[in-house]
Amino acid sequence: MWRGTLGPSEVVVGVLAQGRRWFGTVMSSDTARVHLSVQERIEKKRKAALTGGGQLRIAAQHKRGKLTARERLELLLDPDSFVEYDMFVEHRCSDFGMEADHNKYPGDSVVTGQGRINGRLVYVFSQDFTVFGGSLSGAHAQKVCKIMDQAMMVGAPVIGLNDSGGARIQEGVESLAGYADIFLRNVMASGVVPQISLIMGPCAGGAVYSPALTDFTFMVKDTSYLFITGPDVVKSVTNEDVTQEELGGAKTHTTVSGVAHRAFENDIDALLNLRDFFNFLPLSNKDPAPVTECHDPRDRLVPGLDTIVPLESTKAYDMLDIVHGIVDEREFFEIMPNYAKNIVVGFARMNGRTVGIVGNQPKVASGCLDINSSVKGARFVRFCDAFNIPIITFVDVPGFLPGTAQEYGGIIRHGAKLLYAFAEATVPKITVITRKAYGGAYDVMSSKHLRGDVNYAWPSAEVAVMGAKGAVQIIFRGKENQAEAEAEYVEKFANPFPAAVRGFVDDIIQPSTTRKRICRDLEVLASKKQTNPWKKHANIPL
Amino acid sequence: MAAYRNTPGFQRVLHAVKHVCFSKQRCGVIICRYSTVYDPNEKTFDKILIANRGEIACRVIKTCKKMGIKTVAVHSDVDSSAVHVKVADEAVCVGPAPTSKSYLNMDAIMNAIKQTGAQAVHPGYGFLSENKEFAKRLAAEGVTFIGPDTHAIQAMGDKIESKLIAKAAKVNTIPGFDGVVKDAEEAVKIAGEIGYPVMIKASAGGGGKGMRIAWNDEETREGFRFSSQEALSSFGDDRLLIEKFIDNPRHIEIQVLADKHGDALWLNERECSIQRRNQKVVEEAPSTFLDPDTRRAMGEQAVSLANAVKYSSAGTVEFLVDSKKNFYFLEMNTRLQVEHPITECITGLDLVQQMIRIAKGYKLQHKQSDIPINGWAVESRVYAEDPYKSFGLPSIGRLSQYQEPLDLPNVRVDSGIQEGSDISIYYDPMISKLVTYGKTREEALKKMEDALDNYVIRGVTHNIPLLREIIVHPRFVSGDISTKFLPEVYPDGFKGHMLTAGERRELLATAAALYVAAQLRSQKFLGDLRVSVVPAESRQWELCVELDKGVHMLGVSRSGNNYTVEIDGEKVEVSGEWNLASALLPITINGKHRTLQCLLRTAAGEISLQYLGTSFKLRVLSNLAASLSKHMPEKVPEDTSSILRSPMPGSVVAVSVKPGDNVAEGQEICVIEAMKMQNSMTAAKTAKVKSVHCKAGDTVGEGDLLVELE
Repeated sequence: MWRGTLGPSEVVVGVLAQGRRWFGTVMSSDTARVHLSVQERIEKKRKAALTGGGQLRIAAQHKRGKLTARERLELLLDPDSFVEYDMFVEHRCSDFGMEADHNKYPGDSVVTGQGRINGRLVYVFSQDFTVFGGSLSGAHAQKVCKIMDQAMMVGAPVIGLNDSGGARIQEGVESLAGYADIFLRNVMASGVVPQISLIMGPCAGGAVYSPALTDFTFMVKDTSYLFITGPDVVKSVTNEDVTQEELGGAKTHTTVSGVAHRAFENDIDALLNLRDFFNFLPLSNKDPAPVTECHDPRDRLVPGLDTIVPLESTKAYDMLDIVHGIVDEREFFEIMPNYAKNIVVGFARMNGRTVGIVGNQPKVASGCLDINSSVKGARFVRFCDAFNIPIITFVDVPGFLPGTAQEYGGIIRHGAKLLYAFAEATVPKITVITRKAYGGAYDVMSSKHLRGDVNYAWPSAEVAVMGAKGAVQIIFRGKENQAEAEAEYVEKFANPFPAAVRGFVDDIIQPSTTRKRICRDLEVLASKKQTNPWKKHANIPL
Repeated sequence: MAAYRNTPGFQRVLHAVKHVCFSKQRCGVIICRYSTVYDPNEKTFDKILIANRGEIACRVIKTCKKMGIKTVAVHSDVDSSAVHVKVADEAVCVGPAPTSKSYLNMDAIMNAIKQTGAQAVHPGYGFLSENKEFAKRLAAEGVTFIGPDTHAIQAMGDKIESKLIAKAAKVNTIPGFDGVVKDAEEAVKIAGEIGYPVMIKASAGGGGKGMRIAWNDEETREGFRFSSQEALSSFGDDRLLIEKFIDNPRHIEIQVLADKHGDALWLNERECSIQRRNQKVVEEAPSTFLDPDTRRAMGEQAVSLANAVKYSSAGTVEFLVDSKKNFYFLEMNTRLQVEHPITECITGLDLVQQMIRIAKGYKLQHKQSDIPINGWAVESRVYAEDPYKSFGLPSIGRLSQYQEPLDLPNVRVDSGIQEGSDISIYYDPMISKLVTYGKTREEALKKMEDALDNYVIRGVTHNIPLLREIIVHPRFVSGDISTKFLPEVYPDGFKGHMLTAGERRELLATAAALYVAAQLRSQKFLGDLRVSVVPAESRQWELCVELDKGVHMLGVSRSGNNYTVEIDGEKVEVSGEWNLASALLPITINGKHRTLQCLLRTAAGEISLQYLGTSFKLRVLSNLAASLSKHMPEKVPEDTSSILRSPMPGSVVAVSVKPGDNVAEGQEICVIEAMKMQNSMTAAKTAKVKSVHCKAGDTVGEGDLLVELE
């Protein structure tokens, strides 16, 4: 690049002469001696920034079924609310010809700034695949860090729209440093402001750890991938044949690995859903969970709940029917709906107020707790606790899943996470035992003993150490008349009374009144104050 | 690890649930007033057992309560928390879910009678209502059967004998009538003698069950096979009947009421011509077709038949009526009919009360001249079935939301389910009988439109789209109907309501207004100071709405609850309360009051609206989102031509192919039985069978893969 000690106008000419891709015609140094004002330079740069990698690359992006970084932000944010930062930032790499002017794009490969979603502040970055494949340069990282720092200072969530080929290889360690800078901020912001990642294209290598550190990772079906190493490396190292989709597509991560929390049909679907999801979240750990206008009567009875639990204790039912019946307008934003389906977690509202719902799902594996469901539940509970979202827990759990696979996999360690999460949570905790609450799993599921604020039992509740058959085999080992003993055990324990007489449940309630009760309790508990002992940080069994 | 408890017989603490006050139940609430009085001094029975389930059990219990009679419900294990069990004073479990082991299980029901000390049994309809064995066993135990005596059941239950008796009683009978059939070849021979078309049906069965029409020898053989199987599984009696089939007839029936003292009345007619697969869908009383003379002639013949068999109790004489008002005796149903409420509406009589009185031996309170036709009543049978498949294939599921339109005047809903009930594969998929009443037919039909629009059913597919279309169809409105109505009006199957240009605009405008109302609400955070004040209130909304692949650009402006929507230069005014939690959307569109239902509203702009009975899928997007939609990849739907899926939940009766077989288009692949109907599943194309995913005896759900072709 031509440099000199000349006046400003000549500098401009130099820049423009080499930045000819914006004009499409080659300018000779003579014809380029045009005086342009700073204002015009600004306009040119802005215009260039707005077209990212250029029309050809935009067309290619569209052809892949993906929107551009800016189109995505336009859809995500309220109209005319986006305030862009660092539009003039360019990468600083001078190796491998990167210093050439045609390799510089104002704003580089990411668009950053803040805006509003339904009037509420949010910081955003949107990686621009049309500029060097969205790869992460030092400048790119610096831009992301800037908005993250400010988000933490003002207390507003960060949403990242990921669409990046990975590190800017030309920059080497600078790029790696950039990742680490972001990781550090992800960790610092964790529990301070909600962080959401929406994967809208490739996200591979070290880059995956930023989404992994955020609170929620969403994906777009068919067009997004997350993996540490791609199919080629996998083939050369482990000799496995696997496609991108199988290795790190939305289906894999929402059903098998549990890396992603939900997947959406396409960019538009994902962004509109993200707007909807955002409304559930408080802006920061200092803000209360939002309360929206609610048309659903707080004292609505739900007659269908009186018959939902089958009379036979071994018969399944759908916990989602209970959740849908109780929450406002049957609206439930389920988190990880296709992973560890024996536990149901997600956000809903009660009388307009955001709540986190956790429920055992009797329809899948009898609703037992296993490694995956414990980890799924624990992470969700901790998010709610970090962000002042009351937790409502529906319990129908026959216990922890037995077997070598579970024991070898560390069910003790992983099960402890859920126990830990419920125990340390200081947000309002309301628990409803709909049917079984057996053994250690009873303790785990937000029991009274773990500081549950309001614990209810339905008439169908059975709180016991174990099912009647197993209990009788132990208590009356070798004795005859097992059937009679079993009946006695059922009479004694397979009902809500043993827990109720001890005050371990606060009341036995008619299922149809559950919504009414919870709405009332939440109002009372809104001013709940509870703190844990001072500590540097707790030591959850990871 | 806590082990699973396994004590199926255990009854849990649910007393609070079980004793629900009847008045709060939405079952069998009768709006139309009965003119008959419930005389507390007229002693009938202390306790009645109702050997049935669902709406009819609730219906009978309702009258029993009015008469001060204690009630006993019987139920299968899956029905243990059903409404009829809750509203009865006592309940006895009579066996597992399959009807043959519970509601048809005479031993268990006899035990229940003994156990509870019931003095009489009301059998409802179906099940054991026309079973002479059951009536005999009751008589032997000294228990009163609330219905006619065994002789009448037997005489009228047998299609052949009943016609002979009818002939002797000078009742017009169908020409070409013949005898019992032993095998398929005999069926073909008989059919040939009568001349096609012929109707084949079970001797023992009533209604449309086991009834098929054959136009040639091949169909006769097929009909024989199906009908005899169905007859066997439904009635335990495989005898069949073949008779001349009268093309394009009306089905009009006369309600009769007779006591044990030789008196009989006819309570006017019910028009039941709107049928699909020989099962009634919409009924009305009176019929638009009958003049007083024909009505009297039919009534008198019906009474003379009742007298001929010394009939007592309520009964129905069914006639086919041709276009020249010639009427022919079809059969007599010796029980309370499903559609009895419309007769109750126009006559003011409580038929169940009359049956109970008569069973006790009381004389009729009325004379023929006392029987009025007051106004008009229409009944829609609301079924859990998909009307887009053969006018209704059964569907199952849990009623996640359920709200009957009972706040409307002159609406009666007879149902035996409530919110949270399961519609299972074991029983009839009827949800309710929706009855509206008016001074005139026009009034009753208008009321039916409102009632159907205000009926909230979620969680199962239902036939309200079809019912809503039938009652406004010009042919139906003018009374130009026959039993062929549905196939004639919808020759290519029912496709839902076809929108006119004006209706389309109304629908688009409503969706747009709803979208804007929801968007505005999502910006309202209570008590949150950190929300920027967006000038959205004053904004003009530019929207793009998709409906049936048509894309419309709409401009919406709002003032309070009123929305002005501009579509293709035309303005539509939509206003309403916009309670976004309510299942019903009562709104005013261009000054017209309409009730729509919002079935679905997603964050991605999908909105499903039930409008004029039919559910329409729309997508509302901002202009920006719509303009970017063109870049979104098309998702390829599954190729269905080589895949055979179960169209409904049911059980597989037979599979006639195996992998590697070559099948011709239309060839039977397997038979699915659901709700006692056997459905032959055929190949959609000529191909080789790739794989078979079901075997006889399997239970399959709707959409389950049965067979794959290559």
